[in-house]
Amino acid sequence: MMKILMQRLIQTEFQQYNDDSEYMNKRTPLYDMHVAAGAQMVDFGGWDMPLNYGSQIEEHHQVRRDAGMFDVSHMTVVDLHGDKVRPFLQKLLANDVARLKSAGKALYSCMLNEEGYVLDDLIVYYMNDSWFRLVVNSATREKDLAWIAIQSSAFDLEIKERNDLTMIAVQGPNARSKTHQALGEQGEGLDDLGVFYMREVDTDLAVARTGYTGEEGYEIMLPVGQASTLWAALLEAGVKPCGLGARDTLRLEAGMNLYGSDMDESVTPLESGLDWTVAWEPQERNFIGRQALEKQRDAGVVHKLVGLVLQARGVLRNHQKLIMDGLQVGEITSGSFSPTLGKSIAFARIKAGMNDKCKVEIRGRLLAAEIVKPPFVRNGKARI
Amino acid sequence: MSNVPQELRYTKSHEWISLNDDGSVTVGITDHAQHLLGDLVFVELPEIGDTYTEGDDCAVVESVKAASDTYCPLDGEIIAHNEALSDKPELINQDPYGEGWIFKLKPDDSGAYDALMDADAYNELIAEED
Repeated sequence: MMKILMQRLIQTEFQQYNDDSEYMNKRTPLYDMHVAAGAQMVDFGGWDMPLNYGSQIEEHHQVRRDAGMFDVSHMTVVDLHGDKVRPFLQKLLANDVARLKSAGKALYSCMLNEEGYVLDDLIVYYMNDSWFRLVVNSATREKDLAWIAIQSSAFDLEIKERNDLTMIAVQGPNARSKTHQALGEQGEGLDDLGVFYMREVDTDLAVARTGYTGEEGYEIMLPVGQASTLWAALLEAGVKPCGLGARDTLRLEAGMNLYGSDMDESVTPLESGLDWTVAWEPQERNFIGRQALEKQRDAGVVHKLVGLVLQARGVLRNHQKLIMDGLQVGEITSGSFSPTLGKSIAFARIKAGMNDKCKVEIRGRLLAAEIVKPPFVRNGKARI
Repeated sequence: MSNVPQELRYTKSHEWISLNDDGSVTVGITDHAQHLLGDLVFVELPEIGDTYTEGDDCAVVESVKAASDTYCPLDGEIIAHNEALSDKPELINQDPYGEGWIFKLKPDDSGAYDALMDADAYNELIAEED
């Protein structure tokens, strides 16, 4: 019965290396601490990462109700330096960095190819006028770096991948106060850090009020050598370690897309529930993919990404089919069990115009699901 | 280490089987299996009265991360299923060999149980998997 095990993790963002392959998985600076804490480690796109430390449902609730932390060292941090970094990013990204007016402010965006398809989604931080920071997905790292290098050739930029930095996310209603405690003097003054802002509180120690769970909290970038000290201080402050399993159910409840599952190079942001991240104004900003997107927008978008709540018992899974009047009208892109709602929820790509209800085919049976607008949960509360 | 009770029998697909006084058998999934699956959130039980042959998939256990078939260990007829799992699938995580039992089967061949894998063989099997 074990053969389907881990399918969800493998089929999403990540390529899996075979056990007998010549590759040695990469380990984060916190690897030993995960193993000592009894984590179930899995291969995650070539990284050995903690899936859970016992119960992923308990870890999920820990974040919704108190504070949990995630090792997200596999994420890729890229610094862009140069006088023309802002105009470059206005070309590179579908969202407009002109919206970033004060230092530390962050923006979520898709990076598209000329056809308007999604190469990756990322967060861009405005550090100063000649320095922006990108945080991109680990599975797309090489592709992203190559694309950025090609597109930036006329902008005379210095592109620096920050392998010397690592990332820890601390999330939950008590995450900020517990992080302040763990950081000690370095945490002083963080009370007034705004939502979606980052601040460098020490050399190469950056605290960002961002996350992937729908809760308050921080994503902290810091030198590799300081990671285990901060992790231990956070443990001491009462923050519990949480694995990638809980991270996935938290982001799904929060209505946040996962690259490789909910969107990839076969779809546009308009088909992925990400219209809000495309900055159409000013019209003269000619970002990569703009023409293709305008064409699609004007012709009418045929598919959209929606939320689903299963009405019966069962669990929605990636790639299950949505059926209406005997015909397939869509497919689930991310499905799981929602620990907060006690029901199964999903994202699905479905024909535009479908509202209210549909059926999902699960092992040959058709079960009723309600079509909803994500998020499902925000700040600990059900939203549907 | 996983708990593998000596008095039970096992399958390669990680079901456990116990022989009851009336000749029926009780079936569940092993501690090793529940640990690999993680938190269980849904169980699809076989219907009472249905008959299966050895190796048929007859139940489904779903954790947050994956769905897995549970296979019938012997030819026979389903005579009971664990209704409590409908509301509390986590019983399989908490007590895989007790309250987390999944179904009871009346084997067609009363001697078939004896041919199933014993605890030592199952221990070897999961040691190889690790």
